[in-house]
Amino acid sequence: MSGESKAERAAANRRRYEELRAAGQELKQLPAPTAVDGAPIAHDAIIQTEQVPPGWHATVRLSRGEALRITDDLGRSSVSLLAWRSEDPCERINCADTVKVQWSAALSKGRMILSDMGRVLLSVIEDTSGSHDLLVGGSTADSILAAFGEVTRNTQANFISAAAKIGLGLRDIPPCVTFFAPVTTDATGRFVWHAARKRPGDFVDLRAEMNLIVAVSNCAHPLDPARPAVTAPITLMRHRLPPPAADDVCRTASSEAVRAYAFTDQLFA
Amino acid sequence: MSPSDQADLVYAFDIPAEQPWSRVLKKGETLRIIDSEGEQAVDALMYAAGDTAERYSAQDTLRIQGSAYIELGTKLISNRGQVMARITADTCGRHDTSAGCCSCESNAVRFGEATRYLHACRENFILELSRHGLTKRDIVSNLNFFMNVPIEPTGNFTVLDGPSSPGNYVDVTAEMDVLFVISNCPQVNNPCNGFDPTPIRVEIRATPAA
Repeated sequence: MSGESKAERAAANRRRYEELRAAGQELKQLPAPTAVDGAPIAHDAIIQTEQVPPGWHATVRLSRGEALRITDDLGRSSVSLLAWRSEDPCERINCADTVKVQWSAALSKGRMILSDMGRVLLSVIEDTSGSHDLLVGGSTADSILAAFGEVTRNTQANFISAAAKIGLGLRDIPPCVTFFAPVTTDATGRFVWHAARKRPGDFVDLRAEMNLIVAVSNCAHPLDPARPAVTAPITLMRHRLPPPAADDVCRTASSEAVRAYAFTDQLFA
Repeated sequence: MSPSDQADLVYAFDIPAEQPWSRVLKKGETLRIIDSEGEQAVDALMYAAGDTAERYSAQDTLRIQGSAYIELGTKLISNRGQVMARITADTCGRHDTSAGCCSCESNAVRFGEATRYLHACRENFILELSRHGLTKRDIVSNLNFFMNVPIEPTGNFTVLDGPSSPGNYVDVTAEMDVLFVISNCPQVNNPCNGFDPTPIRVEIRATPAA
C-alpha cells in the first residue's frame, strides 16, 4: 500500500468500523411497526392467495418487484422461510450476513434479508410484529419427538420436501428465518420466548428484490412452549407493488443497505 | 506442554495467516486449535466423512443447547440432528456461530466497494472444499473460534475485539468421522483479528487431553 503503514491502515479500518457500528446501532431510526389493520392490498393487486394448513409447507415463485404477504391468521403460527434465486439457486438466503451486515439479530420493518452474494433477496416493507428469529431455526423430527412425544410434520422435513420439488437437496438447505417467532437472548445468551408478542392477524410483506423461489413451513417454532402444539393456518398472498419510491424505507435504511440494493440492481441493469 | 501431551500427538501443523486447512478427524480424535499469537478468529466447518451432505448446523446446535454461544461442553450438531463433535477444552471462553464467514461480497456491502478485492474466508472455504469435491452449496453458517460476538437482548449484534491471548486453545473431540475445514480468517476490516491476521496451530491427539 502506497506509503500507508500497517498501523495506519489498522487505525483507519477501526475508525470506519466504529462509525458504521454507531450508525447501525445508535443512530438508526427504524420505522414504527405496521398496524394490524394497516397496509390494505387492493383487490386487483392480488396475484394469488393460498391458505397453508398447520404442519404444511408451500412454495411460491416471486418475480422481482412482487411481494409476499404472510399472515399468522390466529396468532398461533410461526412461519419458517427459505429463498433461492430462481436463475441460480446456489445464491440463497444467508441469515448470518443478514444479521451481521445490519448489526442486529432483530428483523423488523425497514430491514432486508440478504443472499450469500451481498445482494438483497427480500425487503421487509411491512411488518406488524417485529418478532422474528434468525438464530434458532425450525423444528426437526427430533425436536418434535422431544417436545410432544411423537414425530409429526416438522420444518426440517418440510424443507427437504420443498427443496426436492424444485430439484434441490439437503446441500441446498441453509439456516432459515422464522417469522412470528419472538425469540431474544438474555444477558447470558439463553434464548427467551415472548409469547405475549404474538397477535392474531400479524403479517409481514416481503418484497422480492430478485426473481425468487420461496419455501415456507407452517410449524410450531421449537422454542414455542404451547402444549399441545399450536395448530393454525397461515395465509400467503402474492401481490403486485408499485416501484419503490426514492425514499423507500428499506433501500435508504443505512449505508450498508444502499450498497446492497445497488449491487442487487446491477443484476437487472 | 507435558510429555504425555507430546506423546499422544498424531499430527501438528502451523496454518499460516490467511490460509485454509482441512483434515479428516476419526471418531474419538481431538483437534486442538491454538491461537498462537492471540486475537485471531478461526472459521470452521464440519462434514460427516461418510456422507458430506450431513454437515455442521449452527441453528440445530443452538436450538439443542438453548443458548447462543459455543463454549466448553457444547455439542456440535449436524443438519441430521447428530452430535458431530464436542468442545472438550477451552482456555479462551465464548465463541460465535451466528456471524458466518467473511466474503468478498459481504465485505463490499459492509465496508464499501474498495474492500471487495481482499482475501476472505469464503474464498478459503471454496478452495479447500474443492479439494474434497464440495462447492459453495456446502458452505453454511460456520463456527467462529476466538471470535467475540455478543448478542444483546435488543438484538444488537457486534463483532468485538478478538478475546484470545497468545497460546489460548480450544479442543474439539470428534463423535463421528468428520472432515474438519478451517479458514484462518484474513479479515482486516473489523476487530476480530486485531486488524492483523496471524498464524494458528492445529494439533490432533488420539484422545481428549487430560
